[in-house]
Formats: sequence, C-alpha cells, structure tokens
Amino acid sequence: MQEDALDRGLKKTVDWKLIVLYLALMLFGWVNIYAAVQSGEPSSIFDLSCNAGKQALWIAGAIVLAALILFVINAYFWESISTPAYLVVLFLLVLVIFISNNVKGSHSWFELGPVKFQPAELSKITTSLLLASVMSRPAFRMNNWKHFLVAALIVLVPMLVIVAESETGSALVYAGFIFVLYREGMSGWILALLGLAVLLFIVTITTHWWVSLIVVAVVALFYFIHSLRRTSSLRLRRRVVRNGIITVVAAVVLVFAADLIFNKVLKDYQRERIEVVLGMKQDLKGVGYNVHQSLIAIGSGGLFGKGYLKGTQTTFGFVPEQSTDFIFCTVGEEWGFFGTFVVILMYGLMIFWIVRDAEKARTAFTRIYGYCVASCLFMHLFINIGMTLGLMPVIGIPLPLFSYGGSSLWAFTAMLFIFIALDRQEKKYF
Amino acid sequence: MESNNRSTKLLIGLGVVIVLLLGRLFYVQIINESYKTDADNNSMTREMIYPPRGVIYDRNGKLLVGNKICYEILVTPREVHDLDTVSLANALDTTVEFVRERMQYYHKYRSRIGWQTLTFLKNVPSETYLHFAEEQFLFPGFKAQVRSLREYPFNAGGNLLGYISEVSPEYLEDHPDYKAGDYYGRTGLEAAREAELRGSKGWHIYQRDSRGRQKDSYHDGDFDVEAVPGKDITTTIDAYLQQYGQNLMNGKKGSLVAIEPSSGEILAMVSSPGIDVEVLADFGKHYGTLSKDKNKPLYNRAVSASYPPGSVFKLVNGLIGLEDGVLQPWMQYPCYNGYVYTSSGRKLGCHTHRSPLNLEDAVMMSCNGYFCYVFKSILENPEYHSTEEAFTHWREMVMSFGFGRKLGSDFPSELSGNIPSAEYYNRYYRKGHWRFPTIVSLSIGQGEILTTPLQIANLAAIMANRGYYYIPHVVKASEGVEIDPVYYQKQYTMVDTLQFPKVIHGMWKAVNAFGEGGTANVAHVDGLDICGKTGTAQNPHGKDNSVFICFAPRNNPKIAVAAYIENAGFGASWACPIASLLVEKYLNGEISPGRQDLERRVLTTKLIR
Repeated sequence: MQEDALDRGLKKTVDWKLIVLYLALMLFGWVNIYAAVQSGEPSSIFDLSCNAGKQALWIAGAIVLAALILFVINAYFWESISTPAYLVVLFLLVLVIFISNNVKGSHSWFELGPVKFQPAELSKITTSLLLASVMSRPAFRMNNWKHFLVAALIVLVPMLVIVAESETGSALVYAGFIFVLYREGMSGWILALLGLAVLLFIVTITTHWWVSLIVVAVVALFYFIHSLRRTSSLRLRRRVVRNGIITVVAAVVLVFAADLIFNKVLKDYQRERIEVVLGMKQDLKGVGYNVHQSLIAIGSGGLFGKGYLKGTQTTFGFVPEQSTDFIFCTVGEEWGFFGTFVVILMYGLMIFWIVRDAEKARTAFTRIYGYCVASCLFMHLFINIGMTLGLMPVIGIPLPLFSYGGSSLWAFTAMLFIFIALDRQEKKYF
Repeated sequence: MESNNRSTKLLIGLGVVIVLLLGRLFYVQIINESYKTDADNNSMTREMIYPPRGVIYDRNGKLLVGNKICYEILVTPREVHDLDTVSLANALDTTVEFVRERMQYYHKYRSRIGWQTLTFLKNVPSETYLHFAEEQFLFPGFKAQVRSLREYPFNAGGNLLGYISEVSPEYLEDHPDYKAGDYYGRTGLEAAREAELRGSKGWHIYQRDSRGRQKDSYHDGDFDVEAVPGKDITTTIDAYLQQYGQNLMNGKKGSLVAIEPSSGEILAMVSSPGIDVEVLADFGKHYGTLSKDKNKPLYNRAVSASYPPGSVFKLVNGLIGLEDGVLQPWMQYPCYNGYVYTSSGRKLGCHTHRSPLNLEDAVMMSCNGYFCYVFKSILENPEYHSTEEAFTHWREMVMSFGFGRKLGSDFPSELSGNIPSAEYYNRYYRKGHWRFPTIVSLSIGQGEILTTPLQIANLAAIMANRGYYYIPHVVKASEGVEIDPVYYQKQYTMVDTLQFPKVIHGMWKAVNAFGEGGTANVAHVDGLDICGKTGTAQNPHGKDNSVFICFAPRNNPKIAVAAYIENAGFGASWACPIASLLVEKYLNGEISPGRQDLERRVLTTKLIR
C-alpha cells in the first residue's frame, strides 16, 4: 500500500492544471491591482502602504495555506470536521451582526486589530463540506422530500443569515448550490420553475402584469401539451394536471406579488440598481454612474487594450472600487478584448476541470464537494463580470483570486485546495 | 447514465454563460463605438469642487467660525512646457529650489503620473493668488483651485470649537468616503459635528483634445455633480459671556462652566489655560509647543478632568438624607472643630463656628461635622440590613444627579468621573469590614469621589430647577441640523422636588446673609439673589482647589455656574468671585461699581505661570 502511494507521487496525483490556473489568475490579479492604484503618488508594487503591496503579502500567505492543505493536513480531516465547522461558522455569521462595525451599510466584517475578515467567506467552504458530507451518505435519497429538505436547509440557513447581514451579494452566491442539488438528482423542473420565476419577475416590473400572465399562459399550454402527449396512464395524467395547476396558481400569485416585492421589500438602492440594469432608468450621476464608467473603461480597451499602466479611466479614479469589485475594468481597459477573453477562458477552464475531476472521483463526497466549488466559482464569475458589463445589477462581490483582499483570496484558496487535496487522496490510494 | 447526462447539461450551461459574457465583451470592446474614448488622445479630467464647510454661530447669531478663501495650485505635468522656474517661484512666492525639486520629481515618475493633475502648492493666500493669476498664461499646465480655510472673527471658545486638519492616511483607511487632501474636524465641535459641517464634494468632468488640452464639458455636463455646502451649526454658547469667562480665568488653572437651567444649554465653557482662536487657524504650526506645555492647554478640563467636588457635594448628601427621612431641616448637630469618628479619637476637622447648627445654617457655613452626621444616618438607616445595602442605595441616588457616569453631552471626550461602588470597598477592605467611619470622607465630597466640572455645573442646574436637569449640550437645533430629542427631556433625580427648597435657603444665606458666618458673601450682588455653595477640595498634589457653584436669580433662575480653580485655596477666595462676576455680567450686562475692584483683582491676578 505504502509503496503504491510512493509510486503514484505528486506528479500523477495532483491536478497541476488547476494549480497553474490558480497561480496565473492570482498573479495576473495582483499586477492589475497595482495598475488600478488611484491617482496620487506613484509607488512600488511591493509598497505595503498601497493595495498591491498588501496583496503581495496576502498572496504569500495564500501559497503557504495552499501548501499546508495539500501536504500537511490529511484530506480525510475535512469530512470529519464538516458538522462542527459548519456550526462554528454559522455561530460567527450570527455573532458578526451584533459586534461588527458598519462597513458601507453591511454588518459582516470582524475586525481584529488590522485584520478584517468576513465569516461569509468561510461559510461557503463549511456549507460545501457539510452538504457533501450529508449528501454522500449511502442512505441519502434526493427524491425523499425529508432528505431534500435537509440538504436545502444546509444551504438556506447561512444564506438567510447573510441576507440579514445586508450582504445580499454573498447570499446570492448560495443560489449556485442548486446546481449541485440538480447534479445529485433534484428534479430539473425545480430549476426550470426558478428560471421561470426570475423571468416573470423581470417581465412584470419592466412591462405590465398582463404581459406576464400571457407568458404564464403560453408556458402552461406548452407544458400541458408536451406532458400529456408523453403520458398515457390516467393516474400520471392526473398528476401532470395537478402539478400544472399548482404551478400556474403560484406563478399568478408571483406576478401580482412582484410589484409589491420590488417596491416594498427591496431597499431603495437595490431597487435602483435593478432598474438601471433593466434599462428602466438611466441615472448617470447616481447608481448608473458606476456601471457607465465601468463600461467606458472596458469599452475603451478595444482589441488589445491601452497597454499595462496606460489606462486613463481606471487610474483617474472614475471607476469605483477599482481594485476590489471592479478590478475587471482594469483588465478590460489595459489588456483589451484579448485580456478579458483570456481571463474568462481561464475561469471557464478551471470550472470545467474541477467538474471533470469531480465526475471522475470515486467517492461521492469528493464529487459533491467539487461541484460545490465549481458552483461558487461560477456564481462569482457570472455576478462579478456580469455587473461590470451591465448585465447584472451592481452587487458587491469579488472576482475570485483576482480582486484585492486577503479574506476572499484565502477563502477561495482554501476552498480550491481542499478539493485538490481530496482529489489527490483518491488517486493516491486507488 | 442519468448523472453524466446532467453533468453534460450543466457544462453546456457553463459554456452558454461564457459565450454570453464573451459576446457582450466583444460588443462593448470591439463593435460598439459609443463606449470608446480614444486611448491615446482623449480622456477626461475631473475637476473637484470643494464645498464650503459649514460655519459655526453662537446662540445670538454671532459668527464664531467662518471661512476664508485660499487657493491650491494644481499642475498637470504633461501640459507643462517652456517653464521659467524663476518667474513661477516669484509668482507663487516660493523658492526656485522648491519648483525645481517638484519638477524633477514629476519627470522621474512621468509614466505613472500620465495625464493626472497633482497638487503643486497648498494654502496659497489670496494676494499671492492674484499675482499668480495675472501671469498664469505664462505657465501652461498650472492652475489654481479654490479651497476654504477656517477663520475665527471672535476670540471665544478655542478649546470648544476644535480644529480641522488634512486627513491622515490612517483616517483614510477607516473612512473610505474621504480622499487625500480633504479636511476634517479633529477635535471639539468640528469633530462632533463633522457630518453636518462637511458638505459633499462635486466635480466637473472635462474632456481633453488630441493635444491633451482641456476642452469641453464631458457629455454636456451630464456627469457633473454639484457640490453641496456644509450645514451651519448654531451653538448654545454666548460668545461675549464665553470671552468674559476666558478673561476671568486668565492666569488660573481650572474650568468655568455656565448652563441655562431651563434648557440645559451650555452658555459658556472655559478650560484654562486654553487655546486662543488664532492658534486654531494655524494649528499645525503651534501643535508642537502646545502639546509640550506643562499646563496642557489642549486638554478640555471642563469635561475631561475629574476632581473631588469637595463641600459642594454636601448639597447632594443633605438632599438624600431628607429624601430618606433620616434628616429633618430642624435637626441640629453639634460640631466643635470637627467630627470624631473613631473611638481612638480620629477627627475630621472643621472650622470654628457656633454650635449646634440646623440644616440651613450647616449649608450656609459649610459645616463638615453636620454632614458627617447626615451621611452616618444615611448609611446606618435601619431600613437597610447592612452598611453595604444602604451604601448601594446612596450610590444609586447620587448617580441620579449625573455623577459617576457620562452625562451624555453632545460634546466629545466627556469623562464619567467616579462614584465608588460597594464592590470596590469590598475588594479594598473585604466584605463586611467597612462601615461609616471607614468612608467618612465621602460625607464632604472627598475620598474616592471624582467629578468633572461639567457635572458640578449640572448640579448647580439641578439645584436651580429644584430637582431635574436637561442634559447639558452645546449645539442648538437650527435649520437642517437636528439634535437628539433626549436633550429636550427633563431628567429627574431620585430626590423629590419638594426637598430642594429646604437646602436652597441655606445656599441663599451663604451668599446673602451678612454677619451670620456665610461662606460666600463675596458673591453677593444687589438685586440678583444669587444662591451658592462653596467648596475647598483637598488636593493630594498641592494647595487646595477652590470650588463654587451657584445659580441666579433664586426664583426662575436664568443661569447656573460652576467654577473649579486648581490650587487656589478656599472656595471663597477665587472660585466664588469668578463665578459671581460671570453671573453678574450675564444678568446685568455690566459689573456694578462696588464690585469693579474685585473684577480688576480677578482679571489681573495670575496664579500660574
């Protein structure tokens, strides 16, 4: 056994492709953080008083963390601590609401002297671990509604607490876990119905409620024809009709509730951001300013960009949060379509390879955890870049591994390397 | 296999989203021209517009803090050509070396600076600016920007107003809405009311043409933002009274606080030695000497120093005794030069006076012995099972007067003082091993009791109001500026309002009854009916502190004052004249001829150097 393990050394057991992508994204991010320095006195990339210098320290720490996870900590450790870790982080998530300072309207940061961190970052990892642990039990059945409920609660509880912290963006990432549930056997109809709900919401607030009702009618008609044609037994047909009617009633309720949710439940700034992205409102001085400036910065990059450190939009301080949430603007402006294409491709490949490794995994735990990692990365990628391109409302979440900030970088490092370690563990002993 | 099928579907979804993002990027970066600004030639510059900071008025609308215009010279190094360093240095009233050094710096970092505009010179006065403006056409790339500086037309309230300074890197870390070069309130009112005074910055955005010259408004000014001026603050301070108080306190160390009892508004708050307003205007230059001064002029003693209150605290003990029913106004106690509190004959001394005294006369003459008996009966009240229980009750009553806790004033850096707790004595003497004789000095406001001058001024206001106070504050509500509604709420003490007149008569006699041994006759002003109480607080660091609180007139009081003078001896010697002169000035507008000698003596004597 031991000899086998030696035979299958690092070269064969570690997925080096992922590590190369990880390093490339992190270093390219660092270089862009330096470029996004606001107007003022120029400084060295290692200058600890500016973001790029601090990021250098975070990167060094992240590499140490990655090495620890990969070489020191036994990969079985993660599954064994999944429950206590989940509970501890959940406790921290609640605690931070009461003891944190208000940072730009949200109560989600712990401050210990100079160090700040968001438990919401850790929670993505612990939620993934517990979800993987629970769903990989042999007795777990996705079509047993009690089991499904447990899985759903594991995701929903931290998500709701994070909403209570006013970190709506981070909470939205948790919606990505639905892809994991789908992969593990959840009915595709649920995915489709959620998509329909979002569609109806958007249609209702941008047009009229009767347009939404027409959409509901068309979808329902299509559903009934499609399903009834495929089923012959009376019992099944009855079920199709029953489910259809429930869905239509729910959809109609949603259509009439949409305006209420939009105008009463959402906060003003959230509503405005949605209005801007849906083109209902052009508010160039307020909410729309950020998105418009972001688009100008990216748009002005053209095919090959203005060249490194030559950007005018990002260095002039037109784009807000340049080194954190809007870092992608710097890529767009200074490296052009060529740069943005490469970055998106790297993320795409990373997610693709994680999914492929997950599918090859022999244990369900590794597979499910891998899907969780892939889903979180995907949500961050889509929301963050979608935001800079005006496809999503302005939601403040970082671009993984790329944005300035130690808390996020370390959390994604840990998340990814736990997967690489799990994957390695399997290749080592089988 | 179903699962792999799902995996494929998910990966297809991933592919669709990536194609969507790339498609949008392709559209934004390559197809759509409207997002394009030519990378080499065109870019925008943002010209900041700094709002004027809100100004600060006194209660009668007199300007305490205003703004004066000054200029900042900005430079866009890329636009500079054919620079004559000597004439620029002349125009800006600076040295050639300075200009050369800056220009070399810009040259060294030219690639990082790019088209940015940087600050070249700060705090340029108007005269220099006018000189520069005449010759500005000679210096392409240089321009001036208006900033406002603080100006103080009237010398009152230096410590109270506070100063502003440029933001430090540490401050920027915690306050992302500030940018380097902004000013903010560091201390005093400027700090406490930063949010209102600050206003918000605006900007014009200009576009550059192909030679980098500033051209039109970008997008017809659609993106320009107007600056919003800061809101003006009206304080409760009476500028003339504040200035007079500062003059009275000149050469003495201590505090003088005046409150309007019917509103809790602070009329004057003097901390001496303090800082003059001309120091505030150029704070950076004076900071070094001020921070090293052994008399600590930067420190606002009125709220941040705590002292033993001394005999003025007898009022509180007397009131608690009355409320508890262990003291009646007619009760007499003997005192022959003090009170013996241990069987071995240890004695808390008192001055020579007739004996026995009743409550009113004990207040008038400030008899130590009498209040030892009062405190003894409070602590040995049979209603309570132990000294500790009675003491805890006493402490609760004392704290209802605003002692031992922060009053909650709107002024920063307020201290809470100290009223010792039963736990403290339990720790110090062991539980059950302390009784009235152990803590006898609390009877007369000595021992572990510490109060701030603001707290004893508030006690004067409580006496004036016969049992309640409004939290003392320095900002009045005015247009656009709200104050916390708590400042409009009466704060009752735990002593019934009916008990107060019994003690107040003693305070009246202390000032106005001649030939009976009153301690504060020097404060008497014809027709003002001042009621007061002196205090001589023992000071471990030297000569006793001189204390006096008073209010006037006796009925429907308009002003309550506390004076606390460090190392100045008896209450009657300095605190009493100072406080009474302040009251007289406020109520009569002038000092009566009979008291002008006293005024002269106070104004000219220096107790510290």
